[in-house]
Amino acid sequence: MNKVKQKDLILYSGLIILGLAAPYLFSAFKVQLTYLCVLIVLAMTWNLQGGEMGYNTFGNILFYGLGMYLTASVQVGMFFPLAEWTESGGEKTFVHTTAQYFQGIGVGLLVSAIVPAIVAGAIGYAILGLRGHYFAICTLGLGIAAGEIAGGIEIIGAGQGFTTPPFPAEIVDTEARGKFFYFLSFALLIGTFVFVKYIYGSRFRLILNAIRDNEDKAEAMGIQTMKYKIVGWMCSAFFCGLAGGIMGGLIGYIDSTDVAFDGREMGVFMVLMAILGGKGTLWGPVIGATLFHFFKEGLWTLILGWQYVALGVLIVVIVVYFPEGLMGWLREKYPERFGEVIDDKDRKAQVELK
Amino acid sequence: MDFLIFKAPMLMVQASLDGILLGILFALIAYGMALQWGVMNIINIAQGDLVILGGYIAYTMYLAGIHPAWGVIVSPIIMFFVGWALYKLVINKVVDRDLFISILATFGIAIVFQQLMNFIFGADVVVAQSEYGTTMLFDNSVTLPNSKIFSAFISVLYAVALVIYMKKSRLGRAIRATAQNARAAKILGVDTEKVYAATFGINAALCGIAGALISITLTLHPYVGLPYTVRSFMIVIVAGLGNLPAVAVSGMGLGLFEEFADYILGTEFRIGAVFLLLVLILVYRRFKLSKKREYLK
Repeated sequence: MNKVKQKDLILYSGLIILGLAAPYLFSAFKVQLTYLCVLIVLAMTWNLQGGEMGYNTFGNILFYGLGMYLTASVQVGMFFPLAEWTESGGEKTFVHTTAQYFQGIGVGLLVSAIVPAIVAGAIGYAILGLRGHYFAICTLGLGIAAGEIAGGIEIIGAGQGFTTPPFPAEIVDTEARGKFFYFLSFALLIGTFVFVKYIYGSRFRLILNAIRDNEDKAEAMGIQTMKYKIVGWMCSAFFCGLAGGIMGGLIGYIDSTDVAFDGREMGVFMVLMAILGGKGTLWGPVIGATLFHFFKEGLWTLILGWQYVALGVLIVVIVVYFPEGLMGWLREKYPERFGEVIDDKDRKAQVELK
Repeated sequence: MDFLIFKAPMLMVQASLDGILLGILFALIAYGMALQWGVMNIINIAQGDLVILGGYIAYTMYLAGIHPAWGVIVSPIIMFFVGWALYKLVINKVVDRDLFISILATFGIAIVFQQLMNFIFGADVVVAQSEYGTTMLFDNSVTLPNSKIFSAFISVLYAVALVIYMKKSRLGRAIRATAQNARAAKILGVDTEKVYAATFGINAALCGIAGALISITLTLHPYVGLPYTVRSFMIVIVAGLGNLPAVAVSGMGLGLFEEFADYILGTEFRIGAVFLLLVLILVYRRFKLSKKREYLK
């Protein structure tokens, strides 16, 4: 046992050192690395729903977009009138000082974590009572409805979008912006990972799995399934909101349907990444997101214009042929490494059966 | 209430007529969805994109100088084979699996379709001119494009024809048998694989007809498929599977809702209202069902 822990320690400290050194090693790819961190966070939180709880949601994009709008709105609204900012070219008339910028983004991120979690809790009772595909379609509708409605609200920019506060010009270091957002997202990634890992070792995960495997039986065993479902969704919403807030600041411009409530890209990506890596595993979404990001960044430019066709084909191929994902495939191939003991006797018996 | 629509009764008539005629079209798409859902247990997210593709077939004919109304005959034929091919390529691998797999797989298909249509037909909003003129009612205060009347008429015609076909023909009987019990049908000698392919083809053909009608009554754009999917999904869950009169009624209800939402909330919230209605319907349904469960306790 001690040995395993030591191995883990080496692995984690290695990864953290790699993460901390990454912006200096690959200084040209800071934005990409930030994206990667956010994608991993989204995949891991999706996995809490889709993989562990068996509630395949398309709606986590709702919290992501909400977080994005909230962070930017708070950041602007704390110091300047929001309506004038979004009306036209507000970022030119009003300029954040350095202190204001960081204060704003700090408070904004806090709000963008808490409010989506509250929203998830509020709508959770109604939405999470749906089962299976009804839940999937309902959350799909929720995400798109949010995008369409946000696109009609004047104060957050409506159809013409919302420019988030630019990085303070007083900071001369040109690398600072990239580094700031990278470390922010990396911190979020570590936070999410620690949290999810903690859940993986807890009773909470067993309850979620029980809900996934047979909700009625779980209920019959005396588990208050609705309570746990809502709490699980709130946890996801918390991290999704934070991820959205960071992405809003990084991209610098929020559009209702193409950036914030981007069901066509982010909303699908998070599902795809989790399934690619293997849902219901701790490392699956991490690996899936990393692979997907490399694939996307490597191939997108080669097949410019055809990337969505490739994405669609990729979805079909992964879903139809590898629904268990990479981890599932590995698990089937090397069950011993996953702690599944298989008797030689059993194996022989199976061979004989065949 | 300060809404224009409540002050002018004629606008109310206008919205109602528009809504009902539009709703009949939605019901046709929903009928296809109910068919494949009932027979194959698949939710096809690409339904709306099949509709749009059917519309682009009619639009291509219009560009070639043929009257787009002929699209209601050509488009279903082409779309039938598109549906058949789609079944053979992808759908047959997800038929017996978890419903979420079919949702995701058809989501992927939808993305591919959208993008291919974007390449081929461009990202502009297009409409095929039928030049049918308009009918004026009530002292010219209500305008009704003849193309909308035409589309409602054709939808009803095709729906009735399909119902008769399903009742009388050999394939129709096989489809109904498979829907009731696929295994038993297989034992009794029905080639279920072929039935599934035909069902998906018929569904695509229905989408083709609806698309051709949409090309002359509404507008086409590569990315507006999803609202049609959601509309038909909504109609099906309200009406239930295999209940055609209910499908027609709830289709018209949805059409009415949309037209009124358009006037009251404004056009920019129209699609948002549709998706919100979906969420509300599902939530309502969930509370109704949970009440039923408590009764059983």
